[in-house]
Amino acid sequence: MQINEHKPLIVAFCCNWCSYAGADLAGNNRLNYPADVKIIRVPCSCRVNPIFVLRAFQRGADGVIICGCHPGDCHYTSGNYYTRRRMTLLFSMLDYLGIERERTRVEWVSAAEGAKFADTMNEFVKKVTSLGENKKLEDLRCKR
Amino acid sequence: MNNKYLRDEIIRQSGVDPKKCMKCGKCSAACPAYDEMEYHPHQFVSMVDSGEIIPLLESESLYKCLSCFSCIDRCPRGVEPAKLVEAVRMCAIRRQGRNRMTAENVPEILDSDAPQQLLVSAFRKYSK
Amino acid sequence: MQRVGVFVCWCGSNIAGTIDVQAVSEALKKEAGVVFSTNYQYMCSQAGQNIIIEAIKEHNLTGIVVCSCSPRMHEATFRKTAASAGLNPYMVEIANIREQCSWVHKDMMSGTEKAIILGRAAIAKVNLNTPLTPGETPVTKRALVIGGGIAGIQTALDIADAGFPVDIVEAKPTIGGKMAQLDKTFPTLDCAACILTPKMVDVAQNENIRIFSYSEVTGVKGFVGNFDVTIRKNARYVKEDICTGCGACVEKCPMKKVPNEFNLGMDSRRAIYIPFAQAVPKVATIDPNACNMLKSGKCGICAKVCATGAIDYNQKEEYIQEKYGAIVVATGFNPISMEKFDEFAYSQSCDVITSLEFERLTNAAGPTSGHLVRPSDGKKPKTIVFVQCVGSRCDAYAQKGKEYCSKICCMYTAKHAMLVRDKYPDTEVLVFYIDVRTPGKNFDEFYRRATEEYGVKYIKGMVGKIIPNGDKLIVRGSDLIMDKQLNIEADLVVLAAAIEPDKSARNLATMLTASMDTNDFFTEAHPKLRPVESPTAGVFLSGACQGPKDIPETVSQAGAAAAKVIGLLAKDRLTGNPCVAYSNEIMCNGCSSCERVCPYRAITYEEKESHINRGKLRRIAVVNPAVCQGCGACTVACPSGAMDLKGFASSQIIAEVDAICR
Repeated sequence: MQINEHKPLIVAFCCNWCSYAGADLAGNNRLNYPADVKIIRVPCSCRVNPIFVLRAFQRGADGVIICGCHPGDCHYTSGNYYTRRRMTLLFSMLDYLGIERERTRVEWVSAAEGAKFADTMNEFVKKVTSLGENKKLEDLRCKR
Repeated sequence: MNNKYLRDEIIRQSGVDPKKCMKCGKCSAACPAYDEMEYHPHQFVSMVDSGEIIPLLESESLYKCLSCFSCIDRCPRGVEPAKLVEAVRMCAIRRQGRNRMTAENVPEILDSDAPQQLLVSAFRKYSK
Repeated sequence: MQRVGVFVCWCGSNIAGTIDVQAVSEALKKEAGVVFSTNYQYMCSQAGQNIIIEAIKEHNLTGIVVCSCSPRMHEATFRKTAASAGLNPYMVEIANIREQCSWVHKDMMSGTEKAIILGRAAIAKVNLNTPLTPGETPVTKRALVIGGGIAGIQTALDIADAGFPVDIVEAKPTIGGKMAQLDKTFPTLDCAACILTPKMVDVAQNENIRIFSYSEVTGVKGFVGNFDVTIRKNARYVKEDICTGCGACVEKCPMKKVPNEFNLGMDSRRAIYIPFAQAVPKVATIDPNACNMLKSGKCGICAKVCATGAIDYNQKEEYIQEKYGAIVVATGFNPISMEKFDEFAYSQSCDVITSLEFERLTNAAGPTSGHLVRPSDGKKPKTIVFVQCVGSRCDAYAQKGKEYCSKICCMYTAKHAMLVRDKYPDTEVLVFYIDVRTPGKNFDEFYRRATEEYGVKYIKGMVGKIIPNGDKLIVRGSDLIMDKQLNIEADLVVLAAAIEPDKSARNLATMLTASMDTNDFFTEAHPKLRPVESPTAGVFLSGACQGPKDIPETVSQAGAAAAKVIGLLAKDRLTGNPCVAYSNEIMCNGCSSCERVCPYRAITYEEKESHINRGKLRRIAVVNPAVCQGCGACTVACPSGAMDLKGFASSQIIAEVDAICR
């Protein structure tokens, strides 16, 4: 094992109705994914303000993933559509700033898709790990 | 050429998705050449879908279709059987020595009432 | 800063097996605001809850963090625990260290590390929590049913039976809907009028039910428990309370050639009319497009013959304002127009009819007094062809019909075919079908009876063209089983036209902020578990406005909707979700961004005097907490940061992010 292997820090925003329940289901089925993923519960994926994503990167997160209900299944009828639009815009802007597209992601995970949640997280962590530490937006004053 | 290749090629050329067919038979119900045909429009769709192309290539039905497109107009699912017939016909004609119509055939089918344009279109449709 | 108590649960070995719970509670003790930290085997047990209660009292805790299973599991439990110790239940936060930590991470070290971070995030959040109290709103104990067909009638009767007042708004001059036009009903073949009209009378006589016939809903404001509805009573030029429905005016009216819509235009009525004998309310209505008196002021016969003086040519439409606690949509369906289906020659020959026209043709109260004759020449048909799936199950791009299966056609076609063979055994009856769909109690048996006992010929295939030929109709169809093309000489062709939601539904959905699918059917809150509720609280669905339905299904859904309404009206007050949005008056610039994204129309604007503007009026967003469901869409849309969500405030989520990324 490499001594200096980089452990990424991933912030996952999960909507209360689908994705958070999907994460719980992954737990119920004991589907492993890396401990680098830290989940924050929000009522709906549309509650995720771009500021939260920027804040995470500023504070040294290496990747941010937002999980919501599948299109058409939003508990609040239309919230995930707002998420999709807002995040498409935000991520392309972040890409411009040098935060690789692979560090950011929006994924639809339903309450029944525990396996999808675990798979998504495994894949996302692998991807972010391969990209290494995020230095572009990190605020050096809050260096870990 | 195997059946799978032919099937995919015909679907690609025609742009028709035979999977959309719900097997109601409205295409055959509307077909004016029905009694002339060995394989009827609805059978064309099913046979192409299941890859049974060889019997279609050999069949006279290909040349009985009038291309009137009433099957396309009537189909409630938007399957367009006439386009499939056309694609199978193209496939048949493009094979070696399978020209349906040659210059030698023309004198015997000449008809003073038929417009010349008809012969030209028939040539286009029935030969390489 | 709160005085936070941290309680780490072992969950037996579920958590303690992969997480060093001792280390977690030790580490979290050092966090800002934490004054007490402990761990215990089963925090959710009575003993565990007692630990929390005692700690709250002993250490004067103002915030609680429980590191345990998912909040979806025990958040409610711990909130109750906190409340029993006198703490606001919304001062409890859960760190999910079981489902999202111990169960998915096998490594003790990284698991413990993550559990500490999750705990830290929860502490950071609880430090910014504020006590919340769910809002309460009173409930207006009156229900509105929009649509007076069998769905609306059944819903209204059930609600009224429970003792709540109900208003039915019906656009037509009488209630009864489509069922009143039917002849017999499948699968029992009892006459529709015999089972429907007693219910209509029940409605008329029920003290709790008011009928607004010939009326429409024109405006809906408010929210669950407190709807404010405007109803327009169209002018029928007859005083409803005086008219006795004797029919003297109808008899004397000289305008005899008005197409009778109740019989689908197959005969005519007068300019003043009562749709049918058992109409409720049994009151005459003047058709302003046909009445000479209203058009040119010449006539006035009906006023002269009316013994009670009920005719009022100067009647104006009237607007009624009423408050309701719940609204039931029961707007029903209509057969689609056959205009686009040229191949069936519907517009060329009047002997090609739709199934609903066939119902009127065989109905004893119909235009032919129940004698089945051809509309063209009044002769008895010898061969009748039924065509199923006309306009149903079509491709969306064909733009000719509907994508869905209309569900009722297979059964009513079997019924029609059977009735014809029963009454006129010498008539040949053929049915062209694609599939016969008979899922329902005694439905398939019914269809089998049609073929086996009554000798109806079912042909698997579709009709491609109908050619009017002299007084006959040549029906060209395919028989897929026999692999033949058929040319049948028919005398009458009946098309099983697809059904679609009533045209008024879309406008109504906009007023109610209820959602619809692409076919204009109302969508239910959950397709399986909440089938009679619309996603908009307080709006319920009954009958075919939600999807194609037969009568038994409609009636059961109507009863279900009524049960939901009764459940709502039985409450004196509604308790809301306290995690709702609110706007900061000082920061709000009244830009309307939040209003536009709100799926519930919970946001309105007020002109408010503001001290920062020297008492000038400013436009400010106001959230109605009874309507807000707390999704938070507005909080992100707000450009000035004035909108925030209680329980999930921006500052709280940022604190969580910071705690995780520390």
